[in-house]
Amino acid sequence: MKENRIFCKGGGCTAKLGPAALQKVLKQLPKFEDPNLLVGFEGSDDAAVYRLTDELAIVQTLDFFPPMVEDPYLFGQIAAANALSDVYAMGGTVKTALNIVCFPETEDLNLLGEILQGGSDKVREAGGVLSGGHSIADEGIKYGLSVTGVIHPGKILRNNTCRPGDQLLLTKPLGVGIVTTADRVGEASEEAKKLAVRSMSFLNRRASEILREYPVHGCTDVTGFSFLGHLMEMLDGGYTAAVDSGAVPYIPEARAYADEFYLTAGGQRNRNFLGDLVEFRREDFAMEEILFDPQTSGGLLAALSPKDASEACKRIEELGLPCGIVGEVFPGEKKILVN
Amino acid sequence: MKTIEVDARGEQCPIPMIKAKKALEELGGAGTVQIRVDNEIAVQNLKKMAAQKKLGFQSEKKGERDYQAELKQDSLPEAADGRGGAEQTGGEAVFQETEESYMNCAVGPQKHLVAAVGSRFMGDGSEELGRILMKGFLFALSQLDELPETILFYNGGAYLTTECPDSLEDLKAMENQGVEILTCGTCLDYYGLKEKLQVGGVTNMYQIAEKLAGATQVIQP
Repeated sequence: MKENRIFCKGGGCTAKLGPAALQKVLKQLPKFEDPNLLVGFEGSDDAAVYRLTDELAIVQTLDFFPPMVEDPYLFGQIAAANALSDVYAMGGTVKTALNIVCFPETEDLNLLGEILQGGSDKVREAGGVLSGGHSIADEGIKYGLSVTGVIHPGKILRNNTCRPGDQLLLTKPLGVGIVTTADRVGEASEEAKKLAVRSMSFLNRRASEILREYPVHGCTDVTGFSFLGHLMEMLDGGYTAAVDSGAVPYIPEARAYADEFYLTAGGQRNRNFLGDLVEFRREDFAMEEILFDPQTSGGLLAALSPKDASEACKRIEELGLPCGIVGEVFPGEKKILVN
Repeated sequence: MKTIEVDARGEQCPIPMIKAKKALEELGGAGTVQIRVDNEIAVQNLKKMAAQKKLGFQSEKKGERDYQAELKQDSLPEAADGRGGAEQTGGEAVFQETEESYMNCAVGPQKHLVAAVGSRFMGDGSEELGRILMKGFLFALSQLDELPETILFYNGGAYLTTECPDSLEDLKAMENQGVEILTCGTCLDYYGLKEKLQVGGVTNMYQIAEKLAGATQVIQP
């Protein structure tokens, strides 16, 4: 059905503002002081957590972006999975969600219907309730969710609390940014697209639930700032991470697409932002691009003891997406070595 | 020499790179592709492409949201990014190596860096922490720009080259890069580890004394 297509140019998390630009602006805002705000801006964590009682806190997040796939129903699913993921990265349970919609007045409303249907189906799968929303007329299509979840204040999975000796577990393959970019210029194979879409629309719910059964020392989800960008946020405590690039799961075709220079501006911004903090110990251009690739609705990246990591990895693998133990945390300065 | 001009202003990545690639193909052989873009990130992406394809590169800011990048192809494309390029690099590497060894000779006596590991733990205190620290130390050692010439393992250190899996990969990686890894034979006997040696060779106290005495610097974790 040709008419059921939305025009996409550089959507998903590749559309994020660069981390450098964002940091500059956020730094200038006056801080809010409230002892119940357990997680706010400072740690660049995935979602905000606010304590209501000693046993209960709410997790709040919102995410929306332009389309990165042409199918409106799939786009709705992916945008919702991406927004819901922040709650899972904190270890929370999804409760309610509100739609965020930008839609051109001249566009066919059936498209919007399909986008919202995709989002609604994912909220249902997450065990949440879609409870409202807000829409404005805009030049381009954008969609996402504002999500509220709950969590025990003592069981928050922070992103920057990993320890030396931890292994790093990544629960989804990388390269979805490169594959959707190749697709935009008509160069992605059906197989690559299928895996990318499956990965992006896959909820991080089960992976998060499995991880919560172990003492997780740190957890985040991999999105626009790339695998290396989000890993760097995890090392805020001042540690060195050694990444084993041979163990990194990625969409196989992404390597060839990177070599063909189907690259985004987002990936290069991530590279500029991290600069010297990342050291590549071997020459592998395509792998570098995969590691800097902005991910839409990427996997969880968790730090656990080696024994827990390998056990959890086996169980998460059974969910059906490539995952892997991709590196290790060492004492040292804040830095990533890619071997 | 042929020059192709491409205007990719108003286009988002990866379109400027794809246009540049097409222009290079069109060029066929030696020549220049001049491409206009409207953001610096696109210039940087084009620069990466030039590096990968072994092309000459320069760029210039022409004005607000206006940049020009120039990709220069010296020879036929096959030679630029195919086998010809590899041969060329090989030749350069050999030249550099010769120059470097010459430099080493000129600088004076060589450094003999030896690491001596007498325990499976690093430092006194918690054994759990000590084990993590030792693992971190051997990893960090393997990442140094200047690797040690020899690493000696004795007493409890003998566990690190045998039963304890923590650092075997780092040690093997260092061995592959030419680091001599030696474990004290008496210690292997004492702990019943002789059959379990996973990396490096076995040594005795004479050799250990000799290595330590001949070192210009000894590292003890």
